[in-house]
Amino acid sequence: MKYLHDIGSYFLMLKDVFSRPTKGSVLRELVLKEVDELIINSLGIVAFISFFVGGVVAIQTALNIDNPLIPEYLVGFATRQSIILEFAPTFISIIMAGKMGSFITSSIGSMRVTEQIDALEVMGINSLNYLVFPKVIALLFYPFVIAISMFLGILGGWVAGVYGGFSTSEAFIQGLQEDFITFHVIYAFIKTFVFAFILATVPSWQGYFMKGGALEVGKASTNSFVWTSVLIILTNYIVTSLLLS
Amino acid sequence: MITVENLHKSFGSEHILKGLSTTFDKGKTNLIIGQSGSGKTVFLKCLLGLFEPEDGRIIFEDRAIQDMDEEEKRRLRENMGMVFQGSALFDSMNIEENVMFPLRMFSKKKKSEMLDRVNEVLARVNLENVNKKYPSEISGGMQKRVAIARAIVNNPKYLFCDEPNSGLDPRTAILIDNLIQEITREYNITTVINTHDMNSVMEIGEKIVFLQKGNLAWQGDNTQIFKTDNKDVTDFVYSSDLFKKIRDVQIKEG
Repeated sequence: MKYLHDIGSYFLMLKDVFSRPTKGSVLRELVLKEVDELIINSLGIVAFISFFVGGVVAIQTALNIDNPLIPEYLVGFATRQSIILEFAPTFISIIMAGKMGSFITSSIGSMRVTEQIDALEVMGINSLNYLVFPKVIALLFYPFVIAISMFLGILGGWVAGVYGGFSTSEAFIQGLQEDFITFHVIYAFIKTFVFAFILATVPSWQGYFMKGGALEVGKASTNSFVWTSVLIILTNYIVTSLLLS
Repeated sequence: MITVENLHKSFGSEHILKGLSTTFDKGKTNLIIGQSGSGKTVFLKCLLGLFEPEDGRIIFEDRAIQDMDEEEKRRLRENMGMVFQGSALFDSMNIEENVMFPLRMFSKKKKSEMLDRVNEVLARVNLENVNKKYPSEISGGMQKRVAIARAIVNNPKYLFCDEPNSGLDPRTAILIDNLIQEITREYNITTVINTHDMNSVMEIGEKIVFLQKGNLAWQGDNTQIFKTDNKDVTDFVYSSDLFKKIRDVQIKEG
């Protein structure tokens, strides 16, 4: 019963997020601030993780090829497929559910605890639109983060493969070009947009409707990560079934 | 003026406000007092529209909030200023941005005009050279002044304060009380203050509404409150040793 109530409150929240818009000039500033906090501030960790995970994927693929009949370009091919199809869009999004999601939940939750949300409401401002809508707009730039992750993941695979002696540069690049299906990239970006929406709204919902004090802000951040991750995994399955099956 | 008629509010099976009826006068500091748990905060939040009452009417001038559509309610709220117990300043904004916030949201003034108004109200609450500081960098008393400045920057018709001097030293508390009273008279606004501080009652209680377990137990002003025979009120007023001693001295001196 509680889950039904939670799902209902999430969709009712979405209705308010997209109604009674904030003044344009204020909204523009809020969006830029959110782009800085959510997108730009995430680039460092995304770049670091993507580069090294790409390297690990290349090394593990190379080490598991025992059969001499399997072509050497498979290292580049496997790295490309792993990074583009799953690692960059899905696993980076789960990492972002921790980094970005807990930031969103704790910042909105703290505003709830210190009555700042009440202050917005008393002034006649649609607090959900003011707080959540700029995050939704800012996360339209999230695919750029994933594109960078894809590029750096593959670059990391190339560096680890070539400089680690697991593959030649030519073979790796041949693998990157082998059987390239453009729709796989489109599929990756379609699900990235879905994950971006989840990343903007689920942590906001957790923070906005939290009750209590500082301890509850911490609990809400944890719940936010759990809910966001679960929803990303579930929607990943649904979108993959719909688009690739 | 705000008129409240037969206001009821419950949370689950708990009946918090049990048919309150009173008026809050324009140009006066109206105080809601009572012990913790008497329903003061719920009452204030009903007045602010943050809680929806089950029954009763809250009439602003001649229009009940219950009869207003969303747009009318939004316009009414633009005419409300609120000073929260913990100030509720936006921590991501500096003092200037905090005070300018209502202007940016609702007025079409140029930035320079807004800045002039911000400096005017900050000077009115005796705050200068703090524009670029953040709320965490100033004292609790200064935060309350900033909250008052933010509440009045848009020339509201109604000012609501939830325990505006809680957590402040007695001297600063009196300064904040006096400031609210001066502003109320100067701008001729209807001010409603939620407090349990007897010093505030003595200093600025031009109209006092005493709540007891969600009922209106007594109403009057700060001269009448010390003469009333209402036991609930006298228990509240003379709960501190200081006020008991003052009463004993007064009785002794006839």
